[in-house]
Amino acid sequence: MKRREFLTIPAAALGGTLLYTLAREPVRLQAQTGGKDGMVKVPLRFFTADEARVVAAACERIFPSDASGPGATEAGVVIYIDRQLAGPYGRDQYRYTKGPWVESVPEHGYQGKENPQETYRQGLKSLGNFTSLSVQEQNKKLAEIERTHFFQLLRAHTIEGMFCDPMHGGNAGLIGWQLIGYPGPQMSYRNDIDKHFGQPWRPKPASLEQVTGRPGQPWEDEKG
Amino acid sequence: MTNLKPVDVAIIGGGWTGLLMAKEITAKTSQSVAVFERGIPRKTADYAVTMDELDHNIRLRMMQNTAEETITHRHSLKDSAVPVRQHGSFHPGTGVGGAGEHWGGASFRFLPDLFTLRTHLTQKHGAAKLPADLAVQDWGVTYDQLEPYYWKSEQLMGISGKAGNLRGKKIDGGNVFEGPRQQEYPTPPLKRSYASSIFEDAVRKMGYHPYPTPAANLSETYKNPDGITRAGCAYCGYCQRYGCMIGAKAQPTNTLMPVLATRKNFELRTGSWVRRIVHKDGRATGIQFTDASGEEFFQPATTVILASFTLNNTRLLALSKIGTPYDPIARRGTLGRNLTHQVGAGTRVFFDKPLNAFMGAGELGARISDFDGDIGLSGDEDGLLRVGMIALSSNGDQPIGSFGNMPKGASKSNWGAEWKKASLEWRDHSASIGLSGEHLSYRQNYMDLDPTYTDKFGDPLLRFTLDWTDHEFKQREFATKVQARIAREMGAKFDDSPPSRARYNTIYYQSTHIQGGAMMGTSPEDSVVNRYLQHWNMPNVFVVGASAFPQNAAQNPTLTALALTYMASEAIIDRYFKHPEQLI
Repeated sequence: MKRREFLTIPAAALGGTLLYTLAREPVRLQAQTGGKDGMVKVPLRFFTADEARVVAAACERIFPSDASGPGATEAGVVIYIDRQLAGPYGRDQYRYTKGPWVESVPEHGYQGKENPQETYRQGLKSLGNFTSLSVQEQNKKLAEIERTHFFQLLRAHTIEGMFCDPMHGGNAGLIGWQLIGYPGPQMSYRNDIDKHFGQPWRPKPASLEQVTGRPGQPWEDEKG
Repeated sequence: MTNLKPVDVAIIGGGWTGLLMAKEITAKTSQSVAVFERGIPRKTADYAVTMDELDHNIRLRMMQNTAEETITHRHSLKDSAVPVRQHGSFHPGTGVGGAGEHWGGASFRFLPDLFTLRTHLTQKHGAAKLPADLAVQDWGVTYDQLEPYYWKSEQLMGISGKAGNLRGKKIDGGNVFEGPRQQEYPTPPLKRSYASSIFEDAVRKMGYHPYPTPAANLSETYKNPDGITRAGCAYCGYCQRYGCMIGAKAQPTNTLMPVLATRKNFELRTGSWVRRIVHKDGRATGIQFTDASGEEFFQPATTVILASFTLNNTRLLALSKIGTPYDPIARRGTLGRNLTHQVGAGTRVFFDKPLNAFMGAGELGARISDFDGDIGLSGDEDGLLRVGMIALSSNGDQPIGSFGNMPKGASKSNWGAEWKKASLEWRDHSASIGLSGEHLSYRQNYMDLDPTYTDKFGDPLLRFTLDWTDHEFKQREFATKVQARIAREMGAKFDDSPPSRARYNTIYYQSTHIQGGAMMGTSPEDSVVNRYLQHWNMPNVFVVGASAFPQNAAQNPTLTALALTYMASEAIIDRYFKHPEQLI
C-alpha cells in the first residue's frame, strides 16, 4: 500500500484572515491539526505532497490572493482537486472510454484517452520545479501551457474549488462565497425575488449542511 | 434468459410519457401495466440534500452515464463519427422521472401552423422556393385537435402563466400570438425578477408583446385533477439540472408516481435495461431486458409502449429491427429520419447595477413571440422561413458557472490577477437575452446505428449525422440583430459582433430538445407512427415522446409530448384494447 501523503500548510493560510473566515476551519477539512506550530496536516487522497505543493502554487497563480481578495490558497483549492481526482470523476467513471481513440474536429471536444488523474500526472511533469520559480516565472510557465488540456482542467478546477460547497474540500470557510456575495443554497427567496431591484442584496452565506442540517453526499465519496 | 410471467402492457421508460401512459391505462382499465426503467428509483425527499452546483450543474450527476451508453456524432455523410464522450450539447436523464426530473419547466403550446408546416410553407412560398433538402412535414394532427389534450397536460402540472388568446380574444400581457386557448392557465404567472422586469419594460417600449414564460414551476399551491397537491415555487435557483426539493416544479416523481403508487395493476421495475423489443410475424411478443446484476430476462407482453427519450426510442427500434432504417442517399426508409435539435443565439448583457441573480426558477422570465414562426417576417428576408422566441430568463445564477462573465475586452487573459479583478467587478451584473428558435428538419440530418462504437453490452451506439445549414445561420443572424436592439433599449453593455457560421458543436450545452427518428405522420411511406403514435408496421407497439415530432418548434417539447401521450392513451383505451389492430 502506498505511503500516506499529507499536505502540510499553515492553518492561517486556510480560511484566510479574520475578515473572511467563519472560523470553522480546519475541522471542516478533516485535517489533523499540528497544534503548537500552527501547521495543518491534510491527508491526501491522490497527490503526493510534492505534487500537491505544485498544484497549490499553480492554482494560486490562476486565482491569486491579492488586493482584490483571497484566492486559491485560502479556499483550499488543492484539497478540492485532490478529492476530485481520487473519486469517480478522476478515474473517468462517467466518461465514455471505449476505443477506437481518434482525433477529431474541435467541435467534438476532448477525445483523448487520458483520464483526469493521468492528465494531471503528465501535466505536472511539464511544470517541473514550479515551486522554486518566482511569481513572474510561474506566470510565464503557465502562459506557455495555457492551451493544453491539462491547463484547461486546472483552470476549471480552480474556479470549482473556489466556489463549490465546502463539503467538496474547497471554498474553505465559505471564503469564495463571501468574496462574491453568494449566499449558498437557501431554501426560499419567495419574499425577496421581486424586491431589492437595483440594490445589492447579500444574505449571509451558508453551506448545504448548515442549511439542511444534514450532511451532503459528495459524489467523489461514492464507492465504485 | 429467464422467462417472466406475462403482463398486458410493458412500458419502456419511466419518464413523463411512460408514466403518464401508465397512469391513464391503470385508471381506466384493468390491464396489468409494468414500467421498465433502467435507472434508479427517486422521490421528492431525495432532493433535500442535492442543492449542490458542483455535482449537479457541473458534473451532471442526474444524467445518463456516458460510460455506459452515449451517442456518436458526425457532421455529414462524408465524415466518420466519434463518440460524444461526455455530455455537452444536451442532457439525457436517467432514473425514475428521466429528464423530466431535471428539466427547467418551460411549458408552451406549439404554434398552430407548426403541425401543418409543409402545407403552410408550400402555400406561403411555393414549393420551388423551399430548400431542396427540407424534410418538414405535416404531423397528422392539428392544433385544434390537440387543444383539449394540451389543457389536460397543463392541468396535470398546474402550469403558471397568462393566456394571450382566450377563445380568439387577444389579451395584453399574455402571448397574443399563441393559438386560441379554451381556458386560462391553471395558476397565475411567477413573480418577476429584476432582470426580467428590465427586459419586459424595454421590449414593451419597443412595441413588442412580452409575456411571462409559462412554467411547470407553480406560482402558488395547486391541486391537480388527480388530487395531487404541490407547493408554490421558492425561487431558490436550484432548478434546471436539479430535482425540486419541495415539489414545486412538476416532475414525474411528484405528479405521476404518487397516483401510480396506489394502483394495484401497476408495477415499476427500476434497474431494468431494456435491450430489445421481441417480435414475431409482425407483432411484438414482449421485451428483453438486463437487470442491474447482469441477468437477462424475457418479459412477455401483449402490448409494448416505447416511451424512453428520443435517442433510445430510435435506437431500440433499430436494434430490434422494427421498421425500415432511413437511407439518406436513396432517401428511402423512415426510422431515424428528421432529427432536429434547437436553434439558439445568446447575447450577454451587462448592467451597472447588481441583479441579485442567484434568485430564480427554472423558467422564470419574460419573452416575446413577435418573431416566432414567421410572425415577424415580411417575406423579403432572403431564404429565412422561421425564427423563434426571444427571452430573458432568471434561472438562478450559480457561483461556479457564472464566474468570469465580463464584457469583451475587460481582461486580456482568462486567468490570473487581472482576470480575477474583472470577474469580481462584473460579478452579478450580467444576464443573457436568448433565441429559442425552431429547428427545421432536413434530409441529411438523421440517426442510425453506429458501425464502430458500442455500449456497455456491446450493442451499437446511436449515431447522429447532424449539422447546421444556411437557414439556421440566418435565424441566428436575424435574432442577434433584434437582441442587440433590445440590449440597447435596456441600457446594457453587450457584445454586438455577429454570430459566426459555426458547425454543430457537441461540447456546449444548447438544450435537451432532441426530436425525430420515429416521427408521426399521415402515411407509412413518410412516417414511423400514426397520429396515435402506433407503429405503422407493428400494431401492438406504440412509440411515445418527442421522437414523434417531424420538426422542432421554438417551444420546449415536454408539454406537446404529454398532449400527444394523452391523445394516444385515449385511443389505446377506448379503441385499441377492444380491437388490438391498426387504429388507422
